[in-house]
Amino acid sequence: MDTESLTGREPQGRRSPATRERLSGWGRTSPSVAEVLRPRGREEIAEAVATAGPRGIVARGLGRSYGDPAQNGGGRVLDLTGMNRILAVDLDSGQVVVEPGVSLHQLMQALLPFGYFVPVTPGTRYVTVGGAIACDIHGKSHHADGSFAQHVVSMDLLLADGGVRTLTPESEPELFWATAGGMGLTGVVLQATLRMLPVETSRILVETKRVADLDEAMARMTETDADHRFSVASLDNLATGPSLGRGWVESGNFATLADLPPKQRENPLAFNPKPVASMPDLFPSGLLNRRTIRLMNLANYRRAPQNSHTHVASIGGFFHPLDAIHDWNRVYGAAGFLQYQFVVPFDAASTLRRIVERVAVQRAPSFVTVLKRFGPASPGHLSFPTEGWTLTYDFPTGTPGLSGLLRWMDGKVLEAGGRLYLAKDSRMSAADLEAMYPRLEAFRKVRAAADPQGVFVSDQSRRLSL
Amino acid sequence: MKDSLGSVQSLLVLGGSSDIAVATARKLAQDTTKRIILAARPSERLDAAVTLLRSHGADVRTVDFDALDFSSHEKVLAPLFEEGDIDVVLLAFGVLGEQARDERDPLAAAQVVQTNYVGAVTSSLVCAEALRKQGHGSLVVLSSVAAERARKANFIYGSSKAGLDAFAQGLGDSLEGTGVHVMVVRPSFVETKMTTGRPKAPMSTTAEAVADGIVEGLRRNAEMIWVPAQVRFAMSAVRHLPRPVFRKVAEKQG
Repeated sequence: MDTESLTGREPQGRRSPATRERLSGWGRTSPSVAEVLRPRGREEIAEAVATAGPRGIVARGLGRSYGDPAQNGGGRVLDLTGMNRILAVDLDSGQVVVEPGVSLHQLMQALLPFGYFVPVTPGTRYVTVGGAIACDIHGKSHHADGSFAQHVVSMDLLLADGGVRTLTPESEPELFWATAGGMGLTGVVLQATLRMLPVETSRILVETKRVADLDEAMARMTETDADHRFSVASLDNLATGPSLGRGWVESGNFATLADLPPKQRENPLAFNPKPVASMPDLFPSGLLNRRTIRLMNLANYRRAPQNSHTHVASIGGFFHPLDAIHDWNRVYGAAGFLQYQFVVPFDAASTLRRIVERVAVQRAPSFVTVLKRFGPASPGHLSFPTEGWTLTYDFPTGTPGLSGLLRWMDGKVLEAGGRLYLAKDSRMSAADLEAMYPRLEAFRKVRAAADPQGVFVSDQSRRLSL
Repeated sequence: MKDSLGSVQSLLVLGGSSDIAVATARKLAQDTTKRIILAARPSERLDAAVTLLRSHGADVRTVDFDALDFSSHEKVLAPLFEEGDIDVVLLAFGVLGEQARDERDPLAAAQVVQTNYVGAVTSSLVCAEALRKQGHGSLVVLSSVAAERARKANFIYGSSKAGLDAFAQGLGDSLEGTGVHVMVVRPSFVETKMTTGRPKAPMSTTAEAVADGIVEGLRRNAEMIWVPAQVRFAMSAVRHLPRPVFRKVAEKQG
């Protein structure tokens, strides 16, 4: 492999000028205009933080949060995608030291040849390590591996006063676990050391099975989770009656060398996903609607095998199917879309069912509807995953009656002791957030000590009075 | 910050006791708007508006604001934005005047123009600058169909709205790229306290309907809305009528 992609280059030359830009999240809703800086070194970051005006500053990565956590209207935004050097790799221990703008895609490219995969991957590889820590992201392996920050050995955090602290879960648990899941509000992660996952191949052995209803989906997942590192159910969210919650369950493990067909054994760690297409920005809002999504959901359901079927999948195909289409969010048109993800405890399965039912009856179309079992929570004060069922919907914002439906769902989730995911949130209320996150007060205390002037702010932190 | 569904969190109303202002604020308060500032001259109507909005769970405060006291606008309005972001500014003040009297009393005519145009220019410039600094927000300006073509019976009022309408459109264009959105609202004849006792025009509307139009327009960041919507097409025809024909049509409307 070429050494440059491992070590990167020292930043040289003049810094890029600040620009005023209109920023929004992946859902392309609620844009605001901020001064965007693209620092290429610690000094530039420190200077940008020190000279931030009254509207404050927040770091941004690849902009994959759906709502407004990585934007800061009238203030400053630090685009850290230029801070993308992999600084050190220890192939014996599987630990890497990276800058915050390194993407999971980059880590896979660099380290799969050596038999290491990222510890946790969400549904897209195009997130940065900084963002992964700030949102304490999770993936199809949560029941087995927990969330991203649980695999962070240490991180350097630039604080509002310009000081840099090296945080480990042992040495500074309070600040570490306020930063993990803290939506960028405690400081700027300058570098992180991650524990990578050793793998024998770059393929996943996936068992797929069609499920006729929600009960079967839940039963199948409960049954297969014990011996599968990855699991997820995709639902046809518009099916009602006896078909309510029908879909297909995928359970997988990294394939061993022996699992691979002979041809793939020649290069078991191959990884070269190619985007098949780029989405042009010319779709009208409303192209994805009840009718079109109903057809697509039905087609996907029919395609899933009735009896359990095992196949060998690529990393891209299994974890990140949508990454194959660059800028796929444009298909929702200018009106954009939102993602709604909640978790409720296992004993609140009846709440889950009521929500699935109501969404189906109200015919709110969701192109991607994903059900998953979460394992135990991480210690992160604002980390989202807690033990239970998590369900994710993608709704076009133009869906009739969506606002009222989501507010009803907020209430049900709250009642059941569940919560919403801040990385997906674009519309929850400050009061609900308080009630859903019992450790919000603890987070606020740590944040107030680390950043008494409130230098680190975002549109989301203002909207939710975080 | 307006959320992803276009729901508003905080609202500043200039001319906070007008029927359209109160109807709009009430609809927003019923949705997600919990911080409302009503800027107006103290009056019983204003107190009633405060009580009404509080009953919908909003945190409401009032600010003494006089549209004609141009030099005070900066001092009164700018600090309001320091207390927290304002998602929507609704510029709802205006007077209809008394056309026949105002024609005979140039100073009374000047009062109409100063309120509807000059006061609106100074206050919206102050608000636009504050919104620009926060990098997001909407400024909603109440114009009128009279701005499109004024009649013999309302040309003093109509010309003041025509000036404001042109100003607001230009302001919206100049704020392109700043995150600030300007929406011009052109209602037809509105049955309100301002128009009680006047003959109704065809396609007349109500404060409630205008409020619905505003709330919906805010959701989709419309730059211009007409209430009712079809008046847009009627006025498009009226605008092109030859003068003698227009005079006859206008005459019939009184």
